[in-house]
Amino acid sequence: MKRLIIGGKEFKSRLFLGTGKFGSSKLMADAVVSSGTELVTVALKRINTSKNSTDNKIHDDILEHLQHTNINLLPNTSGARNAKEAIFAAKLAREALETNWIKLEIHPDPKYLMPDPIETLIATEELSRLGFIVMPYIHADPVLCKRLEDAGTSAVMPLGSPIGSNKGLKTIDFLRIIIEQSNVPVVIDAGIGAPSDAAKAMEIGADAVLVNTAIAIAQHPVDMAYAFKLAVEAGRIAFEAKLANKVNNAEASSPLTAFLE
Amino acid sequence: MSFQKIYDLQDWNKIKESILNKSSSDVENALSSNNRTIEDFKALISPAAVPYLEQMAQISQQLTQKRFGKTIQLYVPLYLSNECNNYCTYCGFNFNNKIERKTLNTDEILKEISEIKKQGFDHILLVTGEARQVVNLEYLVQSVNLIKSSFANTSIEVLPLLQTEYEELNRAGVYAVFVYQETYNKEKYKVYHPRGKKSDFYFRLETPDRIGRAGIHKIGLGILLGLEDWRTDSCLCALHLEYLQKKYWQTKYSISFPRIRPYKVNDQDKKIFGASESSISDKELVQLICAYRLFNEDVELSVSTRESETFRNNIIKLGVTSMSAGSKTNPGGYSGNQKSLEQFEIADERNAGQIAEIIASNDYEPVWKDWDNSFLKYE
Repeated sequence: MKRLIIGGKEFKSRLFLGTGKFGSSKLMADAVVSSGTELVTVALKRINTSKNSTDNKIHDDILEHLQHTNINLLPNTSGARNAKEAIFAAKLAREALETNWIKLEIHPDPKYLMPDPIETLIATEELSRLGFIVMPYIHADPVLCKRLEDAGTSAVMPLGSPIGSNKGLKTIDFLRIIIEQSNVPVVIDAGIGAPSDAAKAMEIGADAVLVNTAIAIAQHPVDMAYAFKLAVEAGRIAFEAKLANKVNNAEASSPLTAFLE
Repeated sequence: MSFQKIYDLQDWNKIKESILNKSSSDVENALSSNNRTIEDFKALISPAAVPYLEQMAQISQQLTQKRFGKTIQLYVPLYLSNECNNYCTYCGFNFNNKIERKTLNTDEILKEISEIKKQGFDHILLVTGEARQVVNLEYLVQSVNLIKSSFANTSIEVLPLLQTEYEELNRAGVYAVFVYQETYNKEKYKVYHPRGKKSDFYFRLETPDRIGRAGIHKIGLGILLGLEDWRTDSCLCALHLEYLQKKYWQTKYSISFPRIRPYKVNDQDKKIFGASESSISDKELVQLICAYRLFNEDVELSVSTRESETFRNNIIKLGVTSMSAGSKTNPGGYSGNQKSLEQFEIADERNAGQIAEIIASNDYEPVWKDWDNSFLKYE
């Protein structure tokens, strides 16, 4: 399996995890380990960002459960409604978590959490200029992806279907176009409801997938995380092995071009 | 356009009748629908839905976990003042109730903060009565400024204000505003609120519109359960929610379920207001909470310490998303003031740590922080 490189960093695992919605931080941490992931996203709004006055360190339950050498943190700006709020959140995340990686989430619509393409583009331009490794959550919009590339994004994260919906790859035709045209890694984010969805995303050539709800609210999150690990690996290997094309028609017994022989 | 126009088209008695006439097939249709309407909501809160309560609870749990995960947010109310010029016939703060009044000053607020922080809270709800001569915009902004460096999220439940006042509170760092209509029955509203500023039904009804226009992040709605027929009132509240969500689409919404509680009229005596035909049973309250979840998958649902320990222990998994804990409903209550008047009697007196343990023992995560003031700092 080829290594994935984002922002100059190499990843063995092509499965990224979200850390919300779990019944406990311990369960979240166990699922993270079981998934084999090396990149997890944490909502800045959930993290205690103020430093303790006695030891000048941040004490936070979620972060303390993620102290694992292989795991990189990808703070996200969930809660931001526009570019300005997101940029502020990103700066605070950089200071608090000491990383310049940022998952840009600007969804002003709290109902379906639909990403705002205009604000996302504005914030990507500014954050890239400020030296952030920007990974924006967006609609499966091929033109927006090219505009984000121009703006200096390090990856694009188009949605498979609405966040938390578990509906799978409803946007697959647009995802194919994005994957075909992209010069930056394409990470399918949101809507992946089952390991088979993740495998499918990898089979069509996605560079990685990000999964949260489907693992967090499964009956057995740790086992489900492992199932996703296997599915992502299987899908990627299948992609690299070049899937045979599906053939719908039987081969004609009297070929139309036989007269040329 | 505001909600008044929609409200004026509604007929209380017709809604009530239509809810009572819902059949079990209406309930079954509502249960199997993928896109539930206000008619489905009516079916789900109707007497016909009672035999389907377990099924409703199962769906409610599933939808809530999908949207919010296995989490419950914790918050604490801080009563800044019990001074009130209103005459709400059901409330301990009403002007006629001759018990000690108190509005906290800067030092007293700081003392309360230090006690509350010991319990671990990061989300705070500031509560006052309605006495503009002492509790006005200036006082509220000052209080928010005192509080916001100690909390990640500051909400208010105070007198209804003007749009410009909400805009100023938004800039000061207020995240959410809770304002309950008490009842959507216009005629009865006048009976419960005979005098004072609060007697203006439409000014209160239009308040969420003003909050929405001011760009506040979250609006909390609700009715006071026990005043009027809870089904009809809840249906109008759900209609209000539906209207607001379409109009102020960048705003989050929350529904609370305050049930009337006893309050003190002097050192010895307590009083509880209410006509028994309007009261809501535990079973009906569960039905109402589940019905809201089935009707609206992303609205936050909140249960306070007005409810009993048993009820709160068991409601965690059924669709609610936030709970208060360790509440004192009298100004200065956290730092030891026992003399000042409380708004109502608390039913669940367990402290924050105990509630967090109960949540965890249900395999849910207690969430202390789900917002960061840094989102507002660019102003």
